[in-house]
Amino acid sequence: MTDSLDTRAAAATPVRVAREIRGLSDRAIAWIFVAPTIFLLLAINIFPLIWTIRLSFTNFKANRNRDLEWVGLRNYERILGDSDIWLNMQATAHFLFWTIFFQVLIGFTLAYLINKKFKGNDLWTTIIVLPMMLSPAVVGNFWKFLYQPQIGLFNYVIAFFTGKEPSSFEMLGSVNLAPWSIVIVDTWMWTPFVMLICLAGLRSIPDYIYEAAEVDRASKLRQFFTITIPMVLPFLMLAVLFRGIENFKMFDLVVQLTGGGPGSITELTSINLKREAFEKWRTGYASAYAIILFVTVFGLASIYVKALNKVKER
Amino acid sequence: MSNFFTGLLRLKRGPWEMLATILIGLGVVMLMQPFALWLYTYSFVVTLAGTVMFIIVSHFKE
Repeated sequence: MTDSLDTRAAAATPVRVAREIRGLSDRAIAWIFVAPTIFLLLAINIFPLIWTIRLSFTNFKANRNRDLEWVGLRNYERILGDSDIWLNMQATAHFLFWTIFFQVLIGFTLAYLINKKFKGNDLWTTIIVLPMMLSPAVVGNFWKFLYQPQIGLFNYVIAFFTGKEPSSFEMLGSVNLAPWSIVIVDTWMWTPFVMLICLAGLRSIPDYIYEAAEVDRASKLRQFFTITIPMVLPFLMLAVLFRGIENFKMFDLVVQLTGGGPGSITELTSINLKREAFEKWRTGYASAYAIILFVTVFGLASIYVKALNKVKER
Repeated sequence: MSNFFTGLLRLKRGPWEMLATILIGLGVVMLMQPFALWLYTYSFVVTLAGTVMFIIVSHFKE
């Protein structure tokens, strides 16, 4: 008679080890497995967070060896009363609003088109999704070349359609155009992500709903506004929240493209925060700044989780 | 609308989560609007209140 796998495993376990394991409850064994993860989480996430909260109430400077001085809420008061940081927030808002607007508009349109069955459907999906797979540093670098006024392809394409001289405008050097240049690049890179989420939403709509609408003689436009849009809306909301949270923290792509310039017109909050923390070395002040951004992102993430649960319930 | 207020009074999760979500959204808008500095100044308090409220009310019964 052949022994089962667990019987053989039990027989192969040394008696001393088997006795020790038998002495532990299921709960204790579960804790042994979970403990390393919890420890890492506490060490890497929770401890630095608590430390940052503590530092945000002090005037600590990481490059000076001196005692901490408790300043209470002064750092928060200064940040929330600083009109320069307010301008950085507005630059972030401009970037957030327009990237989300274009990404949702183009992403949904692409998903709607891709959802129609046609020859080469899968190939087109792969091609569209490619920019999303590139590193932001690489994307930033090659768009910098594309935006070059002398040799950049972008200027030549614009010049072709508008009749202007290619070197007559500078996307990254102009105060008016630089905010739009980062919007264009982020839209190019992340529209496929929104498209994929919308595509998942579109494919989750059962065909029988459309068939019932056909029977009721509902027009295509009516079907679009009363079936497609309401059914895809939770997915769209998810995409908006996800992109919102990601773009609120945007750093790498913009640093590669403009470095926050010209002046500070494209200096998003995360770039400004890095300057306060690692160029001016105002660690306490930067900690308070980070906590303000953290609470905002945490609040948005809470809404995101709620929206995600709603999508799951469907 | 009356259901919403009844839910609030009976400490139901849905309406309270809705209220917390509105506060968080309002706080984010206040943080980034270009119209008034005082709105920006009070944005953090509003967002923090919304976020803390969200954490608490997500433990309420459905």
